[in-house]
Amino acid sequence: MSAVQAGAGRAEATVRSGEPLLEVEGLTVRLQVEGAQRSVLRDVSISVSPGEAVGLVGESGSGKSMTARAIDRLLPHGAEVSGEIRFGGADVMALSGAALRGFRNQVAMIFQDPRAHVNPVRRIGDFMTEALRTNLDVPAAEANRRAADMLGQVGIMDGERRLRQYPHELSGGMLQRVMIAAALLTEPKLLLADEPTTALDVTTQAEVMAILDDLRREFGLAMLFITHDLELAAAICDRTAVMYAGQIVEVRESALLHDDPLHPYTAALSAARPDIAQTAARLAAIPGRPLSAFEAPDSECAFAPRCPHAKDICRAENPELISLDGGLSRCARAIELRGHLLAGPAEDGQTDA
Amino acid sequence: MPDLVTPQPGLGGNGDGPVLEVSGLRKEFGDLVAVDSVSFTVLQARSLAIVGESGSGKTTIARMIVGLERPTAGRITSCGRDRSSPARSARERRRRGSEVQIVFQDPYTSLDPRQTAEATIDEVLRLHHGWPKERRRARIDELAGLVGLDERQVRALPRALSGGQRQRVAIARALAAEPRLLILDESVAALDVSIQAQVLNLLADIRDSTAVSYVLISHDLAVVRQLTDDAIVLHRGVVVERGPTPRVLDSPEHEYTKRLRASVPRPGWKPRRGALLGAREDSGTP
Repeated sequence: MSAVQAGAGRAEATVRSGEPLLEVEGLTVRLQVEGAQRSVLRDVSISVSPGEAVGLVGESGSGKSMTARAIDRLLPHGAEVSGEIRFGGADVMALSGAALRGFRNQVAMIFQDPRAHVNPVRRIGDFMTEALRTNLDVPAAEANRRAADMLGQVGIMDGERRLRQYPHELSGGMLQRVMIAAALLTEPKLLLADEPTTALDVTTQAEVMAILDDLRREFGLAMLFITHDLELAAAICDRTAVMYAGQIVEVRESALLHDDPLHPYTAALSAARPDIAQTAARLAAIPGRPLSAFEAPDSECAFAPRCPHAKDICRAENPELISLDGGLSRCARAIELRGHLLAGPAEDGQTDA
Repeated sequence: MPDLVTPQPGLGGNGDGPVLEVSGLRKEFGDLVAVDSVSFTVLQARSLAIVGESGSGKTTIARMIVGLERPTAGRITSCGRDRSSPARSARERRRRGSEVQIVFQDPYTSLDPRQTAEATIDEVLRLHHGWPKERRRARIDELAGLVGLDERQVRALPRALSGGQRQRVAIARALAAEPRLLILDESVAALDVSIQAQVLNLLADIRDSTAVSYVLISHDLAVVRQLTDDAIVLHRGVVVERGPTPRVLDSPEHEYTKRLRASVPRPGWKPRRGALLGAREDSGTP
């Protein structure tokens, strides 16, 4: 892989084996929302090991994108941040200047709408090679060659020609593949992928996910994959974290998430989704609407008002994230509800009797 | 004067004959053929899915049915009356509106930001039925109850409502005209999963209680399975497969339908690159 030599002479994160590449601990972010300073993330802790794919799943307003932005230091001015973000052992919040640029070369981000993140009047080549030329002092000709090579890696064969084209000349799926190629050019160690396939057609999504999955393994790249789609996260991530109202409510091995969830919200989310293999007489809709983080009370479980299993204890305090069967769950009744979540509240009533 | 014996819309009467018949429909935009020889029939209280991806022509078909585009060729008949050419009078437009209504994908742009939910629905009731104020008031309450909007929400402007609530307003507005057929153009695609389930249940309830028919335009095969009886699969403007929805999804016959089906993430799903790249005809240039 010719592109792999770019690492020389830049700040490398030194990761000792067995240690997480990215560690987020107790991350709380407060922002100006509707005229007042409010919490948009509440005590978020998550870690990603080298080469690991972690899913971050949630509905609108759950804080999943905000988490990625906080990690990449892309929060708006005036954000109050507490908690810790460490990348390769370094304190991300303390980075500035060259160190911050070096960090961003190692942490690449791809977004939902590629068209909103490219300059429409600049050629694909300029966009792709910018970081190489300006941050890593790679000569233009060499940068172009690497960019064309990388386009080949994402299945775009006529790379030389594509580099001379403008964004409007490419379809959405093709442009998202360009974004992936551009993100990989600086040989990052971590990819923050924020709903990268949500705007794409299903067949294009499958193709882009396949490319992402292949290259991630080939380059030993870790990934934080942000999506609203539980099934998609489960299919491509090793572990999945589920967010609700600015908090992580469950972390689980992806393979177990669908059939053996630990938190009532995860179970409810799985059950609410229609099934491609059968028609349900009625979908198990979750009553009410998802709460945004800033609307959620600190003194009780944010999901309690919509939860079929909620009891007084759920309204008395905001539960801690506890370890359970190899995963984590933020539910006061997690242990007694173990194994009963998919059966629904009726069965749960019998257990209590 | 056949116009005077308009069947009572949405009330189940006059059940014989299809609610919508489309035959040999074609639409060209310059050199591009967006829709080619598309034919289908929708019976009363039945639901048809039009499945396809971007550029398949599915939204163009919807726009032709509601009269926002004029077909290059072919015939569209609703409740036995032709609607292939533009309506010649306001009265004819209203009559067509009482047969077919549409709910768009984006509830953030399809409502007037200055109009409350109540005023939005009231306008349609006044225009289509000409009822006095008290009767309209009562019907607004009924419709709001049907789609699950509470009193505060009915009096709210769109900006004070969530996406799911706005989509309920759009559905209530469409139902106010008491159409025989509702076109749902990706109407649940932009909603959060927990809200999408509520709206899908609501649509099933409405169909059961009013005998309205649906044309669901969607790329989401699970939603198609949940709401429709029959499906046609559209690829590049052409119908490549048709049949009862369970058959089309469980044992797809056309290569493209198989590819669509295989692209849906599910437990144990591993996206494979070679297979899909090999099947690509798209050069990537729009």
